[in-house]
Amino acid sequence: MSTFEQVEMVSEAPPSTSGAPRLLRRIARRPVAVGAIVVIVTIYGLGILAPLIAPYGFQDADLEHIREGPSREHLLGTDHIGHDLLSRAIWSAQTTVIISMTVLVSAGLILGTSLGLLSGYKRGKTDFIIMRLGDIFVSVPTILLLLIINASLRDRVDQWVGGLAEVTGIAWLNEPGVASYFLVFGALSMFGWVGIARLVRSQVLALRESSYVASAEATGASTPRILIHHLLPNVSNLLIVSLTISLGAVAAAEVTLSFLGIGIQDRPTFGLMISEAVGLGNIREHPHMMLVPAVFIIALVLSFNLLGDQLTDVLSPRRR
Amino acid sequence: MPAGLATYIIRRLLVIPLILLVVSFITFALGRFGPSDYVEIQAGPRANPETIERIREERGLNDPVYEQYVRWLMDFLQGDFGTSVKYRGVPVEDVIMPRLWVSLQINIVVILLSWVIALPIGTWAAMRRGTWLDPLSIGLLLVPASIPVLVATPILQWLLVVQLGLLPADSWSDAEYFGVKLGVFSKEAILAIFLLTVPTLAGIARFMRAQVIEVMDQDFVRTAHAKGLAVNVVVIRHIARNALLPIVTLFGFELAALTGGAIIVETLLGIPGMGQFAFEAVQSRDYDSIMAVVMLGSLLFMLAMLVVDVAYGFIDPRIRLGGGLQQ
Repeated sequence: MSTFEQVEMVSEAPPSTSGAPRLLRRIARRPVAVGAIVVIVTIYGLGILAPLIAPYGFQDADLEHIREGPSREHLLGTDHIGHDLLSRAIWSAQTTVIISMTVLVSAGLILGTSLGLLSGYKRGKTDFIIMRLGDIFVSVPTILLLLIINASLRDRVDQWVGGLAEVTGIAWLNEPGVASYFLVFGALSMFGWVGIARLVRSQVLALRESSYVASAEATGASTPRILIHHLLPNVSNLLIVSLTISLGAVAAAEVTLSFLGIGIQDRPTFGLMISEAVGLGNIREHPHMMLVPAVFIIALVLSFNLLGDQLTDVLSPRRR
Repeated sequence: MPAGLATYIIRRLLVIPLILLVVSFITFALGRFGPSDYVEIQAGPRANPETIERIREERGLNDPVYEQYVRWLMDFLQGDFGTSVKYRGVPVEDVIMPRLWVSLQINIVVILLSWVIALPIGTWAAMRRGTWLDPLSIGLLLVPASIPVLVATPILQWLLVVQLGLLPADSWSDAEYFGVKLGVFSKEAILAIFLLTVPTLAGIARFMRAQVIEVMDQDFVRTAHAKGLAVNVVVIRHIARNALLPIVTLFGFELAALTGGAIIVETLLGIPGMGQFAFEAVQSRDYDSIMAVVMLGSLLFMLAMLVVDVAYGFIDPRIRLGGGLQQ
């Protein structure tokens, strides 16, 4: 379950030079891509607006209506403790948004991109250290190490976040499930950066020989300036594709993690909802408990995959 | 074998123990860092705390972590993997080996099967580039790839086993063929193989499609067409053959992806493989088993990656392996 594993598959796409507006126009002409974007925006929008639009809170249990099918009060039915499934799904979308965005920023942009840029540009010792560090993370069985981390560190992270809330006085840190966000986000970031870093590095290795980098060096531009102003824009197209696919991978990874008990706790997630439905063995009598979260997560992951596919096509002229 | 290749392989092989050392230390330290240990879990909540403390003392669990690590490392280097706590004192290798064999069979069959199915689909899609059949075929494969195994497994189980009765209720058998336990060829294994194969198809087909398109536009293909060769001959002999080469690189990634999916499939279906065992081992803080699984998993993965890199060098001589440690 390495988060960015699919990324390598698109690494063959050569960088294209089209600007953002042209890219958008090209995507707008593809119905599949537009459809995928609509689904993603809808589910992400539901998640972001969860506190405003969810009919019930995620802990509200209607004990008189347990495991019921769709009704006027509960549009998509209820689960085994009377949680409203539609509301739970909307709150789950919020969890997905939070995890995906934090992992995207930390693993994808901060760790992956910057280490990849540095590794490819500096080469030599820096490159060797970063890449061997990546090898270590890639070569361990990820899920197994996550299981170990979870078994050892969950209590400590709980305490640490609790302490942090006390010291800083930030109230939301004490809300249910926040500590587990840190754990899942940390774990996914730790293993997620390697794929992106390798991808960026391979591009930069080719780009750094080009004349515009040489002339930037000759004019005395600093390393950060060359990395950010000259190299980053030229790998950005490829980054967009990989990050799109990896967003779907993060959403899918959450399901696996939750099933194994190493995911988010005390907050609804699609993985937890599915695990509950599967674990209680009642998919025969109460299929809606499994179907509601399943439809959401499949729609989301499929949309990201389709969009990634479409973007690859758009950005690599030779494949059209 | 060219001299550069030998040096390359030796250098790569030398790095493996170093990475294993780091991995083992991190895993070891993380494992011992936990709030509970196997003595407490095995003893249960009603055990006498003094007894628990005595056993810990006896087994050296109260010593500093680095001392415990050095002790474990010395044993490991001498081929002693320790004993499983979960399976009451059975040597770890005796517990792991049959399970490794089960997972290995499944993985090999799944990888071969996924290539046999996905490569023709990828080639076919590339041939129909520009028509609606091309995006449709890859798009259709993306659907099963987007369904979490956690959803697919119980639904298929319900449909195929309970409703239709097409498959037996057990998901693994100890059937022997030619005196070897080859459960993978029995009817019981079909569901697991299906669940693991189908999600991988989209990625492989997509990669193959890209490769075929790359090759299709090259001069020698045009020449072959111009010579009047039958389309099928050109596709199979000229295009597919050349497009196939880079596919080897997918092997390593597939292997990594499979180990992830296998934990869930094995746990849900009750297949006695490595994934299920690893999950159990962590749950019961079976220290020696955890270490053995991590070491074995990392070693196999790194060896597979090395084989892939070397094979790639053989296939495409333009890639010079002697140039450095980097892939």
